Amino acid sequence: MDAATIVRSVRLPRQPLLRHLPVALVAGAVLYVVTLRLSSYNVYQVGEIAAYIVALVGLSLLTGANGQISLGHGAFMAVGAYTMALLMNHTQSNFILELAAAAGVAAAAGLVLGLPATRLKGPYLAGMTLLFALAVPSVADKWPATFGGDQGLTTTVPTAPGSLSAEEWLTQIQIAVALVVMVLVANLLWSRFGRAFRAVRDDEIAASLAGIHVARTKVMAFAISAGCAGLGGALLSLSTGVVNTGEFPLTLSIQLLAAMVLGGTGTLIGMVWGGILLVYMPQWSTSLSSDFNLGAGANAYLATIIFGLVLIVAMIAAPNGIQGGLRWLWGHRPRPGGGGTAVPVPAPTVD
Amino acid sequence: MSLFIDYTLNGIANGMIYATLALALVLIYRATKIINFAQGAAGMLTTFIAFSLLSRGLGYWWAFVLVLVIGFAMGAATERILIRPLHGRSELNPVIVTIGLLVVFEGLAGAIYGNASRGFPAAFSQAGLRVGNTTVAFSHFDVFILIAVLALMAGTLVLFRYTALGLRMRATAFSREIARLLGVRVGILLSLGWGLAGIAGSLAGLLVAPTRSFGPYYMDLILVYGFTAAVIGGLESPVGALVGGLIAGLCISYVGGYLGSGLEPLGALALLMVALMARPEGIFSRPPARRV
Repeated sequence: MDAATIVRSVRLPRQPLLRHLPVALVAGAVLYVVTLRLSSYNVYQVGEIAAYIVALVGLSLLTGANGQISLGHGAFMAVGAYTMALLMNHTQSNFILELAAAAGVAAAAGLVLGLPATRLKGPYLAGMTLLFALAVPSVADKWPATFGGDQGLTTTVPTAPGSLSAEEWLTQIQIAVALVVMVLVANLLWSRFGRAFRAVRDDEIAASLAGIHVARTKVMAFAISAGCAGLGGALLSLSTGVVNTGEFPLTLSIQLLAAMVLGGTGTLIGMVWGGILLVYMPQWSTSLSSDFNLGAGANAYLATIIFGLVLIVAMIAAPNGIQGGLRWLWGHRPRPGGGGTAVPVPAPTVD
Repeated sequence: MSLFIDYTLNGIANGMIYATLALALVLIYRATKIINFAQGAAGMLTTFIAFSLLSRGLGYWWAFVLVLVIGFAMGAATERILIRPLHGRSELNPVIVTIGLLVVFEGLAGAIYGNASRGFPAAFSQAGLRVGNTTVAFSHFDVFILIAVLALMAGTLVLFRYTALGLRMRATAFSREIARLLGVRVGILLSLGWGLAGIAGSLAGLLVAPTRSFGPYYMDLILVYGFTAAVIGGLESPVGALVGGLIAGLCISYVGGYLGSGLEPLGALALLMVALMARPEGIFSRPPARRV
């Protein structure tokens, strides 16, 4: 018996909370120690990764489990970030409540966008969310007195307890929220609702025959996903310290999509790879363009081009992403005829 | 009242452009049931090619025709290289690939030409026409837009309705397998459909460029407005694209005129949602039967 077989033979408990909570607690403990060891810039980046993971988990739940697509999750992040900043600047409320409000307002926006529920699929939803991604920044620009215009609004990090530095404390908050969201989403996907999401994804007619309210299920998945994005945006705004429209362009929404596909659509652990890519890709592309002497003008766009190319190549050649590849190495090979697409294909239908 | 007339005229001119892009989306959707989200960016890229040609001294009309040909080639190549391998997979995969292409096109344009907004020359004067003693918000260039778009629409209709090639294309859109059994060379016709859409996209790019600040992202909003127009028209019908374009153009122009241009995208989003809720199949399509 080789090592991999032994590790594989260790079975996690079947009860969802018992299965997910210990993993999250161990990860949290390890990351807590790690944040105390890293340099302050690296700690800051880990925090950004955690913020992106929260948003990506929402997107992965939407696309992987429910088969819907969003090209507007960057805009939901903006909704969350602006909510957070507005509450911080105008009220003296509790930090946790502000985070919850950011998620809640973004989820409400998702609910409104989900009104044409029966058309929440494929190209219709893609086009609608694309329009949403373009509409949100222009709305924020329309009322500079409220949303701060180009300058944006500032956010403040809560005071750190004890000997922790501000970066360490912020990053620990971000990691804690990311772990809580991952456990909650993992449990949700394990529950009746998760099964309903997948049933609707695989075959809407069969799902409705099985007693699932298809439209309500889709809208719920969309709102939960938007709420995650809003929470991620609020967490990210704490890292940057400022919320303005330039931070949430259409390209952010598309980079989120690319990070999700690369990480492994539908997986939660894969979103960790996605978050790492989102934070480090700009750095890598900067060093790449200086290696090839591409000049400052090209440099700004290289990350975008790479994200786009990788998105296309991954979709055609490796639709299961990094986590899919790791699972394959680990031995979870799909049976012949199964798998092979990022977004699981429903049974062929007759037009 | 004169403001209302100006907004209406402006809405008609913009609506024709949205209709062009809607037509491009419809041509592709009919043939392959895919929305090409890179259509606007492709038009942007070909317009930048026109910009380069013009700055090297090529005449406007030569550049115009050349760029339409390039648009055709790009559309056909996209179908052959990127879209055909995805046939039979989930409908989300082509959405993601065309979005990837959108980003690549915008990144390329930004890397080569920079982020600065430029001016793009118009074929005709953009000063408003004079009717009696007043100047209306409709220029010679707007008249050209109207004629160019109507000519494109008419050409498409004639192609689909009165030629053997159009009949084959309709057969391919109706059912690939049956068309293939009848001896239609389906692959070439699919590429051709994407190529025609590429012409429409390039035309839209050339017509929009003089009217806004011309940079890598200037087609983003045009694409989503064109999408709104196509959905209003039903995604399957060229006539629907024209009517949808006019409806979208007028609504967006009124929203921009009376409430401020910053709210135009939000107005379009509201219009799209209302259209999807009130008549999800669009004005010119019948609801498809679903078979289990």
